Amino acid sequence: MPDTLDRTIRFGSNSGQPMTRRDGIAKVTGAATFTADNTPDNVLHAVYVPATIARGRVTSLDVAAAEAHPGVTHVLTPANRPHLHGDPEAKPTMFSFRIEVLQDDTVRYAGQPVAMVLGETLEAATEGARLLAPTYEMAPPRVDLDRAEPYDVEPGGFGRPTGASHGDIDAGHRAAVKSVDVTYSTAPQYHNAMETHAIVAAWDGDKLHLDVPTQALSMSCAAYASFFDIPVENVTINSPYLGGGFGSKAVPIGPNILAILAARMTGRPVKLMLTRQQMFGPTGHRGATRQRLRLGIDEDASLTVIDHDSLSETSSFDDFHEPAAGASQGLYAAGALRSVHRGARLDIGTPGAMRAPGEASGSAALECAMDEMAEAAGMDPLEFRLKNYAETEPGTGRPYSSKALRDCYLQGAERFGWAGRPLAPRQMRDENGLLTGWGMGTALFPCPMFMAEARATLRADGSALFETSAVDMGQGALTALAQIAADSLGLPVDNVEFRAGHSSLPDGGVAGGSGHTATAGGALHAAGSDVIRQLGEMAAADPASPLHGAGNASFVARHGRLYVDGDDSRSEPFADILSRAGGADLVGSGSASRPPETAAQYAMYSHGAVFAEVKVDPDLCQVQVTRLVGAFAAGRIINPKLADSQLLGGLIWGISFALHEEAHHDPVTGRIVNADFAGYHVPVNADVRGLEVLTVHEDDPHVNLLGIKGVGEIGIVGTVGAIGNAIWHATGHRIRRFPIRIEDLLKA
Amino acid sequence: MTDKTKITLTVNGTGHAIDVAPRKTLADALREDCGLTGTHLGCEHGVCGACTITVDGAPVRSCLMFAVQAEGADIRTVEGLANGPDLSPLQQFFIEEHALQCGFCTPGFLMLIDGTLKQSPDITDDELTEILSSNLCRCTGYRNIIRAARRALDHARTTTEPAA
Repeated sequence: MPDTLDRTIRFGSNSGQPMTRRDGIAKVTGAATFTADNTPDNVLHAVYVPATIARGRVTSLDVAAAEAHPGVTHVLTPANRPHLHGDPEAKPTMFSFRIEVLQDDTVRYAGQPVAMVLGETLEAATEGARLLAPTYEMAPPRVDLDRAEPYDVEPGGFGRPTGASHGDIDAGHRAAVKSVDVTYSTAPQYHNAMETHAIVAAWDGDKLHLDVPTQALSMSCAAYASFFDIPVENVTINSPYLGGGFGSKAVPIGPNILAILAARMTGRPVKLMLTRQQMFGPTGHRGATRQRLRLGIDEDASLTVIDHDSLSETSSFDDFHEPAAGASQGLYAAGALRSVHRGARLDIGTPGAMRAPGEASGSAALECAMDEMAEAAGMDPLEFRLKNYAETEPGTGRPYSSKALRDCYLQGAERFGWAGRPLAPRQMRDENGLLTGWGMGTALFPCPMFMAEARATLRADGSALFETSAVDMGQGALTALAQIAADSLGLPVDNVEFRAGHSSLPDGGVAGGSGHTATAGGALHAAGSDVIRQLGEMAAADPASPLHGAGNASFVARHGRLYVDGDDSRSEPFADILSRAGGADLVGSGSASRPPETAAQYAMYSHGAVFAEVKVDPDLCQVQVTRLVGAFAAGRIINPKLADSQLLGGLIWGISFALHEEAHHDPVTGRIVNADFAGYHVPVNADVRGLEVLTVHEDDPHVNLLGIKGVGEIGIVGTVGAIGNAIWHATGHRIRRFPIRIEDLLKA
Repeated sequence: MTDKTKITLTVNGTGHAIDVAPRKTLADALREDCGLTGTHLGCEHGVCGACTITVDGAPVRSCLMFAVQAEGADIRTVEGLANGPDLSPLQQFFIEEHALQCGFCTPGFLMLIDGTLKQSPDITDDELTEILSSNLCRCTGYRNIIRAARRALDHARTTTEPAA
């Protein structure tokens, strides 16, 4: 891979513009159809029964009572569940999890499906499910991470994060003249997209049609096909809009498999929509962590060691360990760096990737520990971070593909008004006597690329159609990707039709890892470039074209015309070239992925700096985040309106992590006692004010052809620590657990 | 409880003669029996507000009402906000201010604000924040939602044109 990339990329007319969403009208009129809006004729409604214990077995189900209820048509239990080809304990794709599809009567976590009822109406199926009234043989549930037996995670890809060790760790500890040794806790969190999981499944012979929200169309097709032993091309998924995903809608969940099985068994379409309460079960979550951070500095306040040990919960039967300690890699220069992942098995559903997996939890602990280290050094937290700024990736020494973090620090601090912050805590009060504190945190998020393919069709009238099975889960893919596509042909975006969200289209890859715009966008750009290449060959070979004979020169597309590069006097409209060639559509294809050589050569991250102001009632200890300023460097920003909204959403998720979200298990049954929106708190409008996002200019010639780094997740990272640190600065209390609650401050 | 009842729901000015069990929620009746799927269900226990509609002008959670309770009432849903192809100012402001991401909570917020516009157009910013805090957006576009709502309120006060 050469250092210099093709610089003939056509940008500026569409990319970079704050265009409004293309799906805006559909979404404000109710015309946008989500999965549960589909109700085919002759549909059966499915409702599953969630286990109310966390460990044991089902001893009885009152099937007769359920079947006797008017409108109930079928009851599925382990006793009569039809054969399923795929092994639910195997993992058909690299991102898959073991699932429960009534394979036996074992209960391995609360909320696991133990039976499913089908009915002519949702009401009948719901009542039938209630009438099943399961009884259990219950074993004592293991739901307390602090009482679990930790083990070392064996590295093995997704869910089994690799540790790292660079330099002499012991020497780093010994060299420290000051050190901190602190343990931070983070709580179990559940994705809770506003749209609950849902599926409408219909069989036509051995062809399967699904309406189902998915962040990964192609991968989902492969997984569904493997469970039902049909060719992957027999699976069609329609997923035009997702009501949020956040990582929970990337792979098939057990209830979806049951609904498909029920549709095959009954010969009728089956519709299943999870309740909000069921979103705390077989749908993945952000696993709780206990993170020990040991940092040391020398006389000069340079870090001698960052030693990060993360213990995370996983289920009793599968592995997803939050890769939290990875957040300490790649950020601060230190003489020695170590990250260790340990796990503990609990009777819970398997955790999974949730918006900013690893970095959100890991940076919460790291940034607070850094603040404690700065305090010990007697330094301003920003000055301390600048002191330990990494010019190359710590440990590996690789160059960063780009890193405008210093600009993020300085611009963010300037905007926030950080200068003059008192070093000591509990120094500031507002006009109402509320304790006021300022804290900061650094944000870091990797820039993965997946693989994607796309097709571009230039039509005889000069307009274009672009197709890829990309996914808009709210981030704005339908808009940003259309902007990239339009630029690849030099067309106004209004002349471009963009189709996504359906499995029949070229593989758009995965909407995850903040890599979708770069990956699917790269494929779209390549497809457009392929059209231009073909168009150029046609024109150059056509004696009737003003471009005839220009075969050795490159062409540039602009405003629907093809130009000889560097000679604006020679150009011709696309439509004329096509017209002389017979008027047929011109089809191009393209793909995108990252060459392994580039991935090895450069460290690639988005960066950011988050500054927080909190106010704390000195008597009641209520905390309010009153200001948040986040400055982010994330490469090329395709659509600032969409990107700002992603980053703001991330900041609010940071508030939520720091102050709100926590699932509580009942120690007796193991059930989550606050498994609904009444008990599981997320921020509302009144919790959110004074937010500001800056995007810092950053050119990245290496990360991918388009220079895109992604903005979907980094907004959370750094924010949690910034808020925790601001609470310390306001109150003088280090609360080393998230979310920080009133009672923690009252007891402090 | 399982026997169906014939009722007529008046939704966006149009009568829908439907046959529903008394236990069916208004939200489900709107979605399944009236074919109006713009009203979304996010929690079915009255917390998230995705299913907010107006009934006789007041914003209500349609997941917490039974369909049979709404007979004879003036029911308004997101599908009734626009006048044919012409979006209401509130809808237009939502698009311009990027007050939506995934769009799942959007109909509920629109109807909450629409009801508020009509019931109490003179509310303060603080009161508006309190009202908007009754609905959840997980993505989360709160800042832009407030901005769009504020514009709609200001617009309603400064123009004689109907707001929706």
